[in-house]
Amino acid sequence: MNLYKRRNLTGWAFLLPAALMICWMSFWPMAQSFMLSFQTGTGARMRYAEPLNLNYGRIFNDRVFIQALQNNFYYLLIQVPIMLILALILATMLNNKNLKFRGLFRTAIFLPCATSLVSYSMIFRTLFAFNGFINTALVRVGILDAPYNFLTNAPSARIVIIIALIWRWTGYNMVFYLAGLQNIDGNVYEAAKIDGAGPVRLFTRITVPLLRPIILLTVIMSTNGTLQLFDESFNLTSGGPANGTITMSHYLYNVSFVHSANFGYASAISFVIMSMVAVLALIQMKVGDKR
Amino acid sequence: MSHAAKRRIGTAFRYTFLSAVSLLSIFPLYWMAVASTNRTVDILRGTLIPGTEFLNNLRFLLEGQNITGAMRNSFVNAASTTLAALVICSLAGYGFEVYHTKNNDRMKIVLLTAMMIPFATTMIPLFRMFAQMGLLNATLAVILPSISTPFLIMLFRQSTRSFPHDIIEAARLDGLNEISIFFRMFIPTMRPTYAAAMTITFMGAWNNFLWPRVIIMNNEMMTMPMLVANLTAGYVTNYGVLMLAVLLSTIPTVIVFFLLQKSFAEGITGAVKG
Repeated sequence: MNLYKRRNLTGWAFLLPAALMICWMSFWPMAQSFMLSFQTGTGARMRYAEPLNLNYGRIFNDRVFIQALQNNFYYLLIQVPIMLILALILATMLNNKNLKFRGLFRTAIFLPCATSLVSYSMIFRTLFAFNGFINTALVRVGILDAPYNFLTNAPSARIVIIIALIWRWTGYNMVFYLAGLQNIDGNVYEAAKIDGAGPVRLFTRITVPLLRPIILLTVIMSTNGTLQLFDESFNLTSGGPANGTITMSHYLYNVSFVHSANFGYASAISFVIMSMVAVLALIQMKVGDKR
Repeated sequence: MSHAAKRRIGTAFRYTFLSAVSLLSIFPLYWMAVASTNRTVDILRGTLIPGTEFLNNLRFLLEGQNITGAMRNSFVNAASTTLAALVICSLAGYGFEVYHTKNNDRMKIVLLTAMMIPFATTMIPLFRMFAQMGLLNATLAVILPSISTPFLIMLFRQSTRSFPHDIIEAARLDGLNEISIFFRMFIPTMRPTYAAAMTITFMGAWNNFLWPRVIIMNNEMMTMPMLVANLTAGYVTNYGVLMLAVLLSTIPTVIVFFLLQKSFAEGITGAVKG
């Protein structure tokens, strides 16, 4: 065996454990899920459906699923832009070398990321409860006359989820932007300043274009995460009131492990989620790659 | 307005904004810590000062819930996931970059595809598979799905780019074989990347909720997030106890975060640069 071939084999040996695990834990289950999505029955007794696309046909007439789909997109379209713009602004401010208490600010803003999704859902659920801190404070200050039931009204419950998501994830995205900003040559900014560019111009003309690849990365990650939301819906609002805040993953969980073990229908739902994740990622990559 | 005045207003705005955001970020955590030392009545009254009920809340948790077991389970799950994931994914990321520069793009597409598979898609077949293997309620079933993640492989692959290939050549001339180059040269040099990967993996594994909730059915194997989620199941929620459980489940990840914060930032920077 020549040197080249041996190197090549060594390389495959390095990749082997990870590749096997990904096939076993991701690709193989995905293939099975695809087969399952054409079957009906419960638990272990599954058979192919008549007609084959029975589950898929059912999805788009399913009111709860449509509601869940709308909720996911509502979170996506409102929460992700607010969070990413806020994270970008914060990162730009923190990238200033002359700023005092830089480390302190950065740590404080990143700290929410250390809490688990269940934990922060519980914190926000308690804060926004009918007799919780937010209501007590708002009534005491005089903004509200009587406590408002944030979590049992769908529009306000959705907003609580959005506030919670922004709180939890802004710092996380900020770290990525900070890392990207550190790789931008400071001279670019100096030159632009000499040319008379103000802070807003610096931000839109230099920071955003140079960070484009990282912004793209965070957009894809956030879209992916938002379409798969589960813990917040499950713990903060329990999907309620009347499925007003439920997410697709939460509904899928209910279909397969709470109401009945309808694995076929759940698999079909999961493929709808996956195609949306894939299509959105492709669009974002196409749009983001233009220079 | 003069230039200096403009700049002063800008600076004042910047500090006010950053302080406000920092306070909003910390407040819910402060409130949670305070609530864990109070009774439900005082929490609902809106108290913001630490109380004296901490020990009572703790006793309630220790007597009424399997909290020590849940802490131990979460720790075992998170530690073993992290160890296995770091070894497997860094081997792959390194192998990728050092030996397979030609196939790089093709492999990247495979990894990106794997990254796009939502957990919802694999969850049900995984559940059926582990049930068939008799691994319901087993630690192995909890950790196996999260030890080989495309994200970590990509992170290590990107960082390997900054690892000088001269070192590899020099080590080969010195007679080191390929696997010891990895363990004795690569791992010690790439500490920041490992720290970043460790932070991400440990936190992810500790905080994981959906999969443990699906695969674990008995109280013995329950994890911290599951225990916290169950505390609101009753008709009346004891908020002090709930927040103490939240606090306890947050402490380990906060410790990991503070220990590795610096190298975490370095590691991410290294990966983003490549």
